[in-house]
Amino acid sequence: MAKYMLIESRDPFTSNEVAQNYALAAGLVGAGNEVTVFLVQNGVLPARAGTRADGLSALTTAGVTVLADSFSLRERAIAGDMLADGVSAAELDVVVDALADGAKTIWN
Amino acid sequence: MADNKTLTFALMDAPYESARSTTAFRMMDIAARRGYDINVFAYEGAVCVPFSKQAPHPNAVHGREVEEENHPLPKDWVAALMREAEKNGGKLDWVNCGLCVDERGVAEAIEGVRRGTPGDLWQMAGDSDNTLVIGTR
Repeated sequence: MAKYMLIESRDPFTSNEVAQNYALAAGLVGAGNEVTVFLVQNGVLPARAGTRADGLSALTTAGVTVLADSFSLRERAIAGDMLADGVSAAELDVVVDALADGAKTIWN
Repeated sequence: MADNKTLTFALMDAPYESARSTTAFRMMDIAARRGYDINVFAYEGAVCVPFSKQAPHPNAVHGREVEEENHPLPKDWVAALMREAEKNGGKLDWVNCGLCVDERGVAEAIEGVRRGTPGDLWQMAGDSDNTLVIGTR
């Protein structure tokens, strides 16, 4: 089982590639890998509860760990209690931890 | 106590253009504070990030002199990262793609930045615990 860290810096409302990245995450976890999607910059926009972001909900249901960068959330006035179910706020240190641990890390 | 991890980042964005640069700097800052060795291979517009002739400017619209404006200069952030890494027992090795530098006429980089080729990225990646490529979109 490999560990994957998929960094998503864009939101699904302006980029079709985001859905592909979500699909990649779901496919990898479905194949038995440990997968984290880390949302950063505008990538955190669908993490707000109430947004139309079915793809993100599907990821958490599939078993992908979904984290949202605390700094990016604060920049966009998204408080911790405004996050969608299954999404947790996290510090960027998580990504550096993954890099240091040798996780396969991809930026989108 | 410094950790001997080595991380490589490939950067592509020109300064003042994208939040990707901010996130990259944030990650490198975390690594520097941990005492990691950090490699950066800058290509395309990112070779302008450590350009030594960047200059602060006043803001006439807001009536602020140059000191009040305190305009941020990415070259200073690079230098600060180098100092932070060294302070914690690590180092920041910044390589600018030479062809990209020549195309843009930005050969004057701050001290500590060296000129290289994509072969350096290949070498850095091979010698690192991990590599993250942050491409321009």
